[in-house]
Amino acid sequence: MSDDRANNLDVLSRRVNWKSTQMRARVRRRYWADRLFRLSGFSAVVIAGLFLLFLLGNIIQNGISGFMQTSIEIDIAFDPTLLPDPTLPPDQFSAALARADMQRLLRQALMAEFPNVSGRRDIIQLTRMLSSGARAQLRQVILKDPSVIGTTKRVRILASDEVDQVMKGNIDVGVSEENRKLQDKELAWLGRFQQEDRVSLSFHSRFITGGDSREPELVGVRGAITGSALTLLVTLLTAFPVGLAAAIYLEEFAPRNRFTDIIEVNINNLAAVPSIVFGLLGLAFFLGFMGMARSAPLVGGLTLALLTLPTIIISARAAIAAVPGSIRDAARGLGASPMQVAFHHVVPLAMPGIMTGTIIGMARALGESAPLLMIGMVAFIVDVPGGVNDPATVLPVQIYLWADSPERAFIEKTSAAIMVLLFFLISMNGLAIWLRQRFERKW
Amino acid sequence: MIRFVFATVLSVLSLATIVGPVAMPAWSQDNIRIVGSSTVFPFATAAAEEFGNTSPYKTPIVEATGTGGGLKLFCAGIGTNFPDVVNASRRINKTELDVCRANGVTDIVEVKIGFDGIVLAGAKSAPAMQLTLRDLYLALAARVPAPGSAGAPDDLVENPYRRWNEVNPALPDMEISVLGPPPTSGTRDAFNRIVIEGGCRNFAGMRALEQEDPYRFLALCRAVREDGAYVEAGENDNLIVQKIVGNDRAVGVFGYSFLSQNPDILQAYPISEDGVSFLNPTFDLIADGSYPISRSLFLYAKKAHIGVVPGIEEFIREFISERASGDFGYLLDRGLIPLSAEERIASLGLINSLVNLQLN
Repeated sequence: MSDDRANNLDVLSRRVNWKSTQMRARVRRRYWADRLFRLSGFSAVVIAGLFLLFLLGNIIQNGISGFMQTSIEIDIAFDPTLLPDPTLPPDQFSAALARADMQRLLRQALMAEFPNVSGRRDIIQLTRMLSSGARAQLRQVILKDPSVIGTTKRVRILASDEVDQVMKGNIDVGVSEENRKLQDKELAWLGRFQQEDRVSLSFHSRFITGGDSREPELVGVRGAITGSALTLLVTLLTAFPVGLAAAIYLEEFAPRNRFTDIIEVNINNLAAVPSIVFGLLGLAFFLGFMGMARSAPLVGGLTLALLTLPTIIISARAAIAAVPGSIRDAARGLGASPMQVAFHHVVPLAMPGIMTGTIIGMARALGESAPLLMIGMVAFIVDVPGGVNDPATVLPVQIYLWADSPERAFIEKTSAAIMVLLFFLISMNGLAIWLRQRFERKW
Repeated sequence: MIRFVFATVLSVLSLATIVGPVAMPAWSQDNIRIVGSSTVFPFATAAAEEFGNTSPYKTPIVEATGTGGGLKLFCAGIGTNFPDVVNASRRINKTELDVCRANGVTDIVEVKIGFDGIVLAGAKSAPAMQLTLRDLYLALAARVPAPGSAGAPDDLVENPYRRWNEVNPALPDMEISVLGPPPTSGTRDAFNRIVIEGGCRNFAGMRALEQEDPYRFLALCRAVREDGAYVEAGENDNLIVQKIVGNDRAVGVFGYSFLSQNPDILQAYPISEDGVSFLNPTFDLIADGSYPISRSLFLYAKKAHIGVVPGIEEFIREFISERASGDFGYLLDRGLIPLSAEERIASLGLINSLVNLQLN
């Protein structure tokens, strides 16, 4: 001990000879340690980046084809005996059209295309090459232009998901016939369409504008996006004012005592509670006690508000606490009441931080599915919701439901829906960063 | 300026919170609500969509809660907050029916909608296997008769087998690794009941026990080992399919519909009840009941809701109609094994006369 001190003093008092081998070795070691640390930090970033790249690459590789869909051009003879009279008034016409046998129209067109296909089973197989949405497509064509009735027109019709998967190369047609869903004759039919250049793979707007479906070629994310938007709206309208008010009170007005300490501990605790617990709470309170409707974005939004509330309170308190005391003192000095200090000075200055925390909380709510399981939002819902009380589902749930579907084509639809969700998450987090940079004040 | 904007936003938001819920319209949802089995989910959703497209009614809302969870919700009461229909991959049991009755759900219509085969399958590249129920029991039960013993209850030991060829020398030299559903699933229920229990009955000692003390028999013959040979891979059958395709040493347990959608990447293992005739899980063999691991699928509807929530009867009729479950029906494309024509007509009769469920 005393030796050490003597040594240290000795080092301090004498001129250091940086050229000595001992000092050189020490300096080298220090540089090495420095470089090693930087290298390990850098490789940590690289590894994290690689994981992310792999995940994104995998999703994009799988999902990009989910935005595309195969169609086949078919000459449809719009047989006037099967279709309503186009001279009828529009409402009667559309009602009669809804009852018309479109399946027969399709069958006739395909049988004209392949005159040597006969037998009930083969004809059914032939029509199964087209999507079951084809009937609705034909109805649309006629509704748009009733004058097609009585003529023959080439219409682009969605192919079934299996034909689509073959076109995208996701089903190996090289294996023997009993090992694949599409049989040889179906491939031969498809081959003929291909030879005549009537099969096309193109951007599928229905994926963005349609609701859910059991047919992979007919699914769309609009129902889920609308559901997510309505749910988040409810969450924002509930969690933001309540969270902000709680934060202002706790930070600016509440006395420091045991009671507020307990509240603080509880809020921090709540932020770490698994989200499914909030789902159980929502089930018991909103559905059980309040008797609200199952599967509604209103209930989902309120449940997610419980989940985001702690995040908002914590970030809002941090932002308020970061406003320097001098601002408050100056305002008080000029005669502002405590409430005026808070609302005229502290909160506006803390707003960028509060907004950032809120948006990050919202982004978390957007990605949640577990609590919604409990309140019935994990459901097959075809119609796009029109209000907060309509049955709805949300994007992460839609992804979960598609990932669970047996049809092969849902794999790409799942990845495509993940891309849509990531787009919204990136936009929200980007907005949070932009807000911070735009309005943040350095003291 | 900014201050003003923030103040306005804040006051509007707080106002909206207070006024918002009050201004919401009263709850009015007239969709049929269906809950229940995740095995029936792919069929129920397909029927629901078709029903929504072709009938004047709204598309029913279908939730996959599992059979047990669905029956619990279904039996919780009568009224628009409770589901109208529940799908089940097994029959409702006495306890559940009692809960239903206690909550006022007294009149229930039961409709059998079809069958599901439980498949054991591996990747195309995996070695071929032929499995008997006895093999599966020895490979997967928690406690099995000690090798060489007659299988009396006292001969049971912790499952010592690690490789398939230890269970049966005819099987490949491959580690036992089976991916299957967790205990909450109806598929697992049926798997334990048919495979593990069925294999257990191969031993004379256990058969004797079943006569003497059926409860002890069940306790000994339904437990699946928990030492890593049987992996609970979650309720998501698709995930099990993807996992076994990625690992050709693993065997997956899932519903037939997943096999029918992936015939190019999966090979199903033939199963035998008696060790003599091995049967592949094909459509026809499951439909005629000869494939050993199959079960019936049901649909239950509340009579009190029929006529209140529009379209329930019509929806059930759609489910077992010719175009849905007939010979070329769209549900068959999804992997449903339908009822025979006679059974279908009998089921339609039940719906028409709304016969009450009686358990005996």
